[in-house]
Amino acid sequence: MREKLIIALAAGAAILLAYNLYNIFLVLPDEIAQGYMYRIIYFHVPAAWVGMIGFFAAMTLSVLYLASGNFRYDSLAASIVEVSVVFSTVNLVTGSIWGRVQWGIWWTWDYRLTSQLVCVLTFAGYLMMRQAIDEPTQRARLSAALTIFGCFNVVIVWKSIEWFRNNHPGPVISFRTGGGKMDPAMEHMLFLNFLALLVIASALTLVRMRQESTSREIDSLRRAAHV
Amino acid sequence: MLQAIELNQVWKFYGDYAALRDCTLSIQEGSCCALLGRNGAGKTTLLRILAGLTTFQRGAVNLFGEKPRAENARRQSGFLGHGIGVYEDLSARENLHFFAGITGSANIPTLTDSWLERVGLSRVATMPVRQFSRGMRQRLALARTFIHSPKILLLDEPFTSLDDRAIAMLSELLTEARQRGATIVLSTHQLREALATASHVALVENGRLRYSGERTQEMLDDPALLYRLHTELGAPQ
Amino acid sequence: MNFFAQALAVARKDLAIELRTRESLNAAGSFAIVILLLFSFTFDPFSDDTQEFGGGLLWLAFVFAGALVFNRGFARELPNECLDTLLASPLSAAALIVGKAIANFAMLLLVELVSLFVFGIFYDVNWFPQAAWLALVFALATWGVSILGAVFGAFTVNLRLRELMLPVIIYPLMIPLLIAAIELTNTVLSHQPMSGQLQWIRVLVASDIGFTTLAWVLADTILLN
Repeated sequence: MREKLIIALAAGAAILLAYNLYNIFLVLPDEIAQGYMYRIIYFHVPAAWVGMIGFFAAMTLSVLYLASGNFRYDSLAASIVEVSVVFSTVNLVTGSIWGRVQWGIWWTWDYRLTSQLVCVLTFAGYLMMRQAIDEPTQRARLSAALTIFGCFNVVIVWKSIEWFRNNHPGPVISFRTGGGKMDPAMEHMLFLNFLALLVIASALTLVRMRQESTSREIDSLRRAAHV
Repeated sequence: MLQAIELNQVWKFYGDYAALRDCTLSIQEGSCCALLGRNGAGKTTLLRILAGLTTFQRGAVNLFGEKPRAENARRQSGFLGHGIGVYEDLSARENLHFFAGITGSANIPTLTDSWLERVGLSRVATMPVRQFSRGMRQRLALARTFIHSPKILLLDEPFTSLDDRAIAMLSELLTEARQRGATIVLSTHQLREALATASHVALVENGRLRYSGERTQEMLDDPALLYRLHTELGAPQ
Repeated sequence: MNFFAQALAVARKDLAIELRTRESLNAAGSFAIVILLLFSFTFDPFSDDTQEFGGGLLWLAFVFAGALVFNRGFARELPNECLDTLLASPLSAAALIVGKAIANFAMLLLVELVSLFVFGIFYDVNWFPQAAWLALVFALATWGVSILGAVFGAFTVNLRLRELMLPVIIYPLMIPLLIAAIELTNTVLSHQPMSGQLQWIRVLVASDIGFTTLAWVLADTILLN
């Protein structure tokens, strides 16, 4: 059942992505101020959204794990965090490229990029911690607690770094260099590509979740064999 | 009648592996139950659940009607695990003072001094534990465990690696505890000592309670008898 | 014993051990001074800007040295299985963590005081006129850092690679506290009015309350298996 779902999601993502790429590169016009390069926004911003939604979904699943003790919540949370770290890294890399083109420097300490970097580091720590714990119940428990701390921190980090940057202004990576709103067609594509990335993230999460369940099963067989 | 300790269909999982399976056991107040079984059977896990150190996923555990993590349950119980549970850098008196404090004992200085006297550590009361011999540490551990006169004693292989003086002291303390109506659960490999002290026995095998019941004269005469009885499920007492 | 009495008992015990052995204090104090020394090679220590980045210098020294204190916090409970004995006692897991945080707080404040004196000498900064404001900032930020150190000391106590995992996990979580502490310390050291920086006090207070509450709620989850 899960196999079929993964295949369906992957196929759906492929179709949607193909449609989006066609529109992004061949249909939509260049942006007035930033020219061709603005197209990076269709990956940069949705990747950030997918990452952030993932981290908070993982926090919710962590609370559910602590309440119920059901390992499915832990497997799903860990899988989502891993995929979200990847997507957040995509956000950082595309932000870096964009900064290079817009400002001539590889890293601009833009407050959103910096906050995203803190999120990536926090949840990379989560993944490292999981690697360091062999026993599945302890791993699930501590992972859940760390996710809750991490997400609480994310909220404060965003505001703190924004205020810090207000005190110490620097280059800001922004689409709206001339102010004003985004063109409706471009905004529409932004959300459509967000949907495509979300579907890809879901498929990857399910694949990863299967690996987590198998690994836990192997661990229990190993324990049974040693008795 | 409220049992001192009740386990009802308890399961403990590490991941998907069941370390304890469907364990049901009742221990009456004032009895001494010896938990027997091979290494890895689940004795330590069971004791740790009773001490509130380990959670369990299914079933119910009560100590005098309260959950193991309830403060009252822990105030009434004394735990001695594999480690002696004392701080190397504090003196004997400081260790007992600290543990008497957190277990809610009254008249702590008097209590501490009387226990130091009892276990023969008065003369070294201000010496850091780091400088103690092994036997002295063991006796301090006993004082630490019994200082608040717990109603339930949970002892994990207490006779293991004790010297003769400490064994004698422990036996005396256990006898006294039983006389004041305390309930004792001790896990052990040492069948003879356990069966001599115990009023009840429980055999743990592969996470299951294979037998539980009164200790009989036959068991005392033939300690290995219990391992041969493992095919029957004893009725909980 | 009520919650605070329990926490204070744990703190007193830890401080008694620490004052006797001075393992963490000596190491953390020396490390903080070494960091201040190393920073003197990265920029001109007598430039006029020192008061504007002094806060960053100090707080980086504090949190790096602090890791040595936090690592010892729960590691102290491992020999002789003292942690099990504590958890089997009527002491609540939350009181244990808060007690460790109080001990961390006291030790870190001592390290900070010594570092502040050394900083004043090394970088020719007279911070005495602002001592009251510094005390407030240090107290608020150090509590936040201490409670995180205690919580994650508990997290990592039974892990492989404990000494490696603790800094990896803890520093990203400290960032809001650090930013606020650095901004406020810089403001104080450069004699600027605090009225423009009140949002940082809010960040410190919110972080302190938030992390302490989470520690109290999740204590059993973190410490019991």
